Amino acid sequence: MIMFKPISTIGSYVLLMKRVFTRPQKGKIFRQQLFFEIDQLGLDSIGFVGFISIFMGAVVAIQTAYNIDNPFIPMKMVGWTTRQSVILEFSPTVISLILAGKVGSRIASQIGTMRVTEQIDALEIMGVNSANYLILPKVVASILINPVLIVFSMWLGIIGGWGAMLSSRLVTSHDYIQGIRVDFDSYIIFYALTKTLCFAFIIATVSGFFGYQTQGGALEVGQASTKAVVISSIVIIMFNLVLTQLLLG
Amino acid sequence: MIEGRNIEKSFGENHVLHDISCRFHTGKTNLIIGQSGSGKTVLMKCLVGLFEVDSGQVLYDNRNFAAMNIEQRKMIRQELGMLFQGAALFDSMTVEENVMFPLNMFTKKSKEEKLERVNFVLKRVNLINTNRLMPSELSGGMKKRVAIARAIVMNPRYLFCDEPNSGLDPQTSSVIDILIQELTYEYGITTIINTHDMNSVLSIGDSIEFIYSGRIWWSGSKEEILHMGNKELNEFVFGTELTKRLRE
Repeated sequence: MIMFKPISTIGSYVLLMKRVFTRPQKGKIFRQQLFFEIDQLGLDSIGFVGFISIFMGAVVAIQTAYNIDNPFIPMKMVGWTTRQSVILEFSPTVISLILAGKVGSRIASQIGTMRVTEQIDALEIMGVNSANYLILPKVVASILINPVLIVFSMWLGIIGGWGAMLSSRLVTSHDYIQGIRVDFDSYIIFYALTKTLCFAFIIATVSGFFGYQTQGGALEVGQASTKAVVISSIVIIMFNLVLTQLLLG
Repeated sequence: MIEGRNIEKSFGENHVLHDISCRFHTGKTNLIIGQSGSGKTVLMKCLVGLFEVDSGQVLYDNRNFAAMNIEQRKMIRQELGMLFQGAALFDSMTVEENVMFPLNMFTKKSKEEKLERVNFVLKRVNLINTNRLMPSELSGGMKKRVAIARAIVMNPRYLFCDEPNSGLDPQTSSVIDILIQELTYEYGITTIINTHDMNSVLSIGDSIEFIYSGRIWWSGSKEEILHMGNKELNEFVFGTELTKRLRE
């Protein structure tokens, strides 16, 4: 029976997605919901993402600078390493994991609360496709706004590294800037944004699924929220490996 | 008229509804009564399609709801309104937005027309100057009235009320009961009310179905219910100290 649980959960997820990805009943209401979700899920996270990105970029640069003790490795490698780390892995994956916690728990608890207070039943009684009405705007909003957040995070991460080098004087500004420009291949941006889109989809749909399946009361809403964050993070990590192998392998 | 024919419903091993057949008449307040756990809410959710019946039929004026596809059900659902136990107002919307929601979703009326209709139904349920309030700012009775306003805003032919008095004081309960009855008579709605409140039963029970252990145990009216020799029904009707004393 334990073996069947994940299979039945995946089956329920697919069936729910079938209901989510249908044409919205009223375009105007969908657009209103979409802008609301872009604000709630994306713009609301800008400060948080910016703060983490600056500090992480700074830490990556400082650690790299301290670990280069071979005189044959030029110090501009600090800029190169920071750029590669931030663009390839830190911004798309780590920020997506952080967003899975912030945005995922919000989606699951909001939809879960609507479920246990019969608001979803009220939508169904009116003849509204509640899965489409509640989840689709969140999925589309995440897919639209997460790449913007991630590009913003990449930019701030690299700036953070530069700031750290300026203040610590471990690497000159000239070396750092030369480093971040050396051997640049725009494909890494394509790779990072492809991962970001995939992760945005995972965060919104997995969290929406666990919120929508909630049954019970406040305790179950909390459990659904936790489950949404844990499962989204696990799926992101697994897809990170698969996408990396497919796109860089 | 809404009719249930030989409805069966189970959840795994738990057989909740056994061969339920019942009729709910147009322009009357039809009550489903019974103890907690007797199957009232499950029956109501089967009637509105929130639960699928295992077997049997649900007929809305001879249209078999249980056999309809999603699109056909959507059409029927636009003809019905439901008042939930906890009101189920959308807590991110104001009173006005809550009541206007079905109009926004299913009509092509202008904003002015929609606002006029919203103000009309809010006035009908005795709520004035509450349009801008959020559900969290309302009392229990006001929430129920907003939920009634939302349920009738589309001029429904069928109105379902799941325990409309739960959590309300006796006076407010009475106000809600009378309001539901007035709306039923005024608009000729088929109203089905799920309750275990004997005050409601005796004041608005035009037609009553008593459910016991998932079966229809007794059917009748408020005039008949006090004079029946049925043991299970009497235990339910005279279950409180007040009704026992009144009987004595």
